[in-house]
Amino acid sequence: MRSYLPDYPVINPTSLDEALEVLAAKSNIKPLAGGTDIMVYMDTGVFPASTLLNLYSIQDFSKTPEFSDGHLKLNPLSTYQHARTDQAIVNAFPLLAIAAKEISVLAVQSRATWIGNVANASPAADGVPALMAYDAMLKLSSKDGQREVPLHQFYQGYKQMDLQPNELITEIQLPPLDPGWKDYYRKVGTRRFQAISKTLLAGRIKLNEGRVIEDIRLVFASVAPYTLRAVQTESVLRSRPLTPEIIDEAAQAIQDEISPIDDIRSTETYRRQVTTNLIRDFLNSNLTK
Amino acid sequence: MHIPRKEEEIVKRTISRNDDFRVLQHNIKRPEGIDKVTGKAIYIDDLQTENHLYGKTIRSTVAHGILKNIHFKDGIPWDEFVIVTAKDIPGKNVVTLIEDDQPYLCEREIMHKAEPLALIAHEDKHLVEKALNYVEVEVEELPAIFSIEDSQQNKVTLQQSNLTNEFHVGLKEISEDVWTECDQIIEGTYETGAQEQLYIETQGIIGQVDFDGDAIKKVSVWGSMQCPFYIVKALMPLFDVEETQVRVVQTETGGGFGGKEEYPNILSGHAALLSWKAGGRPVRMIYDRQEDLWATTKRHPSKITIKTGFKSDGTLHAMDIDLNLNAGGYITLTPLVLSRALLHCWGPYRCANTSANARAWLTNSIPFGAFRGFGTPQAVFAMELHINKCAAELNIDPAELRRKNLLQYGDTMPTGQVMDEKIDLDFLLDRSLEKSDYVNRRQQIEQFNQSQKSSGGLKRRGIGLCMNFHGGTFAGSGETHMNSHVAMTLDAKGHVDILAGQVEYGQGTITTFVQIASEVLGIPVEWISKHQPDTDVVPDSGPTVASRTTIVVGKMVERCSQALLKKLSEVGLNKDYTANEFQQAAQAYHNKHNELLYVKVKFEAPPDQLEWNEETYEGAAYAAYTWKCDILEVEVDLVDYSAKCDKFISVVECGRVLNPIIAAGQIEGGNAQALGFGLYEDTVLQEGGMANNQYTNYIIPTTADIPEMDIEFIEFPYLDYGPYAAKGIGELPIDAPAAAVAAAVAHAMGNHFICDIPILPEKIMVVAEQAEGI
Repeated sequence: MRSYLPDYPVINPTSLDEALEVLAAKSNIKPLAGGTDIMVYMDTGVFPASTLLNLYSIQDFSKTPEFSDGHLKLNPLSTYQHARTDQAIVNAFPLLAIAAKEISVLAVQSRATWIGNVANASPAADGVPALMAYDAMLKLSSKDGQREVPLHQFYQGYKQMDLQPNELITEIQLPPLDPGWKDYYRKVGTRRFQAISKTLLAGRIKLNEGRVIEDIRLVFASVAPYTLRAVQTESVLRSRPLTPEIIDEAAQAIQDEISPIDDIRSTETYRRQVTTNLIRDFLNSNLTK
Repeated sequence: MHIPRKEEEIVKRTISRNDDFRVLQHNIKRPEGIDKVTGKAIYIDDLQTENHLYGKTIRSTVAHGILKNIHFKDGIPWDEFVIVTAKDIPGKNVVTLIEDDQPYLCEREIMHKAEPLALIAHEDKHLVEKALNYVEVEVEELPAIFSIEDSQQNKVTLQQSNLTNEFHVGLKEISEDVWTECDQIIEGTYETGAQEQLYIETQGIIGQVDFDGDAIKKVSVWGSMQCPFYIVKALMPLFDVEETQVRVVQTETGGGFGGKEEYPNILSGHAALLSWKAGGRPVRMIYDRQEDLWATTKRHPSKITIKTGFKSDGTLHAMDIDLNLNAGGYITLTPLVLSRALLHCWGPYRCANTSANARAWLTNSIPFGAFRGFGTPQAVFAMELHINKCAAELNIDPAELRRKNLLQYGDTMPTGQVMDEKIDLDFLLDRSLEKSDYVNRRQQIEQFNQSQKSSGGLKRRGIGLCMNFHGGTFAGSGETHMNSHVAMTLDAKGHVDILAGQVEYGQGTITTFVQIASEVLGIPVEWISKHQPDTDVVPDSGPTVASRTTIVVGKMVERCSQALLKKLSEVGLNKDYTANEFQQAAQAYHNKHNELLYVKVKFEAPPDQLEWNEETYEGAAYAAYTWKCDILEVEVDLVDYSAKCDKFISVVECGRVLNPIIAAGQIEGGNAQALGFGLYEDTVLQEGGMANNQYTNYIIPTTADIPEMDIEFIEFPYLDYGPYAAKGIGELPIDAPAAAVAAAVAHAMGNHFICDIPILPEKIMVVAEQAEGI
């Protein structure tokens, strides 16, 4: 542990209102839920001195996600483990379960929360792409009230979010799914498990009887400063028949939409090429079905 | 290709599986195993101390420069800290190893990033971490070099010369006449990266200095290590004290792989210096993973060029090998690593004309050091991948090309050593081909690739084969110079304690020694223990390295057990005694002498061992060789260009297997670590410092990336040297699989060879996107 623990006082609110009061009154507050990201930052000594707001002490927060009439609500303490093990959720939103399995190890999956994954704003998040592919909506609460933001509009730059210092993400809402969508999730990591992605595609496609693309979602990790929903490439594909030619066009379009970099895990060239391959793999797998 | 069947011959030709042994060849329980899995075992961080301080190291952030000043900035109560700089050192500021070039703390010229500049200690573990951020180091930067090429071209001269060592074996050079006798000449250059040992337990030492008035009475260290007596030799000049004034105790050690061979010398010096400056308070220095990866040694990167000439029938006629290692900023063990690399670089082949040259080069990278295999994996990677490449170019099956050129019983190695032990590499090869169904698999794989190509499929498969040898023990006359000793005590109740400096770090030293002693002494394993390595108590039996523990020290355990029995015969222990009678004899000895029975033996070289000439590099390089053949398969995915090994067989000849499950574990572990070397483990060096110094970013394979392995031991009788005809196997398995996996990837990619490892997907992508017909 390279961080100096006395630099991180902890406040334990007992209600959401109290937590929102704290956020409104004090500066430099970091909400603490699973702590699996904070733990890494503290261990490496890169976590700025701040006051931790312990969400575990809030009685109103239930850990279990709420699932009724096809609506799924993930609470501030809902973990990946919930999405892996609740069979109703696994059936309704399979990408969540697949993504949850890809994250680190069981111990982390049992501790880490979906909202924490959103709030950490890592471009390499494994959970956020699945949420974004399902058109997730965020509920942000503050002392002054509540507002909703679509997840795919939440990020504005590297670690930049549409989130005020006095706001807390209190819910992720997934709307009920129409039938007829096909899902795709492929994480390209540095090894099979326990890896950070080099690129990742969470895709969904809805084809009509005439093989025309009614609607599509293409969400990528690790090829932009934040989790990227490739809306331009989606619009190239939407309302057009799925053909080899249109797949070529999409493969071309995605190159203008992503902005990958060279880092210690991979190269820009590789990320560009494989991102194209993922789009092709996803669309080709729907070509003949 | 015809493969002779060997399965039924194994029983006839090799040592039988249950030769009348009571304990050997059985999987006895590890004596220390239960404590390890229940958490009772005391690793260094578990060791309780009182009134201690926590020590930390101030390190260089530049690769090359002149140290001007160290500023301790406001915001930290520095007067509460113990601070040690080079000026404080009471003795010689030199890490004793081979050359005297490396200081414990930099005095003037910084040679690499992470170089220790000063030490601080405080009783608040968290404050000492924070204090590191309040230290500013003033350095005048100098130009630096990082690659073998830049060092060779002398872009910057380090120390007196960038070339640290040069060794040569075989012909001075291969004449033009010999090359003209060859029908085909094939050349290739092969490069390997800086692999990290990644033992689970990080480096850790607790140091404490006792005083007699103002004078040092005793310097003691406890910790995670492979070579307690190396540390004794390193601490003596540092504090200018006698051997009896230094005590080194090895605590339970969570892996080493060579990484704890020489580095603990430095850490021990640091912890002891802080304790000395603190007036004798114990100082704990336990690295976290980031510091461990940032500061400690790794495998020497290599660049090896091989030129081979073949006759038209595939006979290897000439071999010219130019082997280069990157030494890093200090010499550490480089000359020995270089020597071992050289002595393995020609592979298990006969060749009429061989010339091999090896050189090591200083750079401003972190110093490279010991790592399982000790230079051999680099050399074997180059030669074995080269043979596969030659097979592709000669259009001969790689198995056939090897069979044509395998070393035979009675052949002479380029050092002049005659292979007078019963080697039978044809047998090893044939058994491996049979076991892996090689011929059919190769055909099926080629058909599979063809059908994938024609259907637009995105999978390719490949099969790779490699063979290698590994010389056990120290090279040349190293064992004779080492002059190891092993002792034993026997108490009145019949309990035997084995005293040796060999450490247990997961590989099974305790189990193996106890088994050998139990077999000789005819008493239950529960009556035998191995003493914790404590240099005040155990004799120096040499370091725990070089695959020497079983073959050399195990043999001394056998001889020491025999010496103990001889002593007991003096008090009436008859032949064919029972365990009960052994106990009675122990009691009788104590009644008569009123003291612990203590026996000690020293190393004896086999009587007819050939001489080794250190100057000319001629003679018997190693007393014993072990042999292995690996055949593995990979699947390459053309969506993400990953290569996954999904089938793996190894056939191993290492003399008699003393404990089958430990032996198989050594092979499987070595194979896995070699797959890491070949496919995954990429130390990203930025200006010679490890940029990806975290578990998250230094990628070793997990069980999900490693296939189930099928390991078979062929036990040819080998009676000259080791205990019960056993040889050492610690390093053999890590030598060749990286080349086998590279060969398999080349096979999958239509014979396009990627000759630098690790073969990351990024490299496969380049081949897949640029080469024709994949």
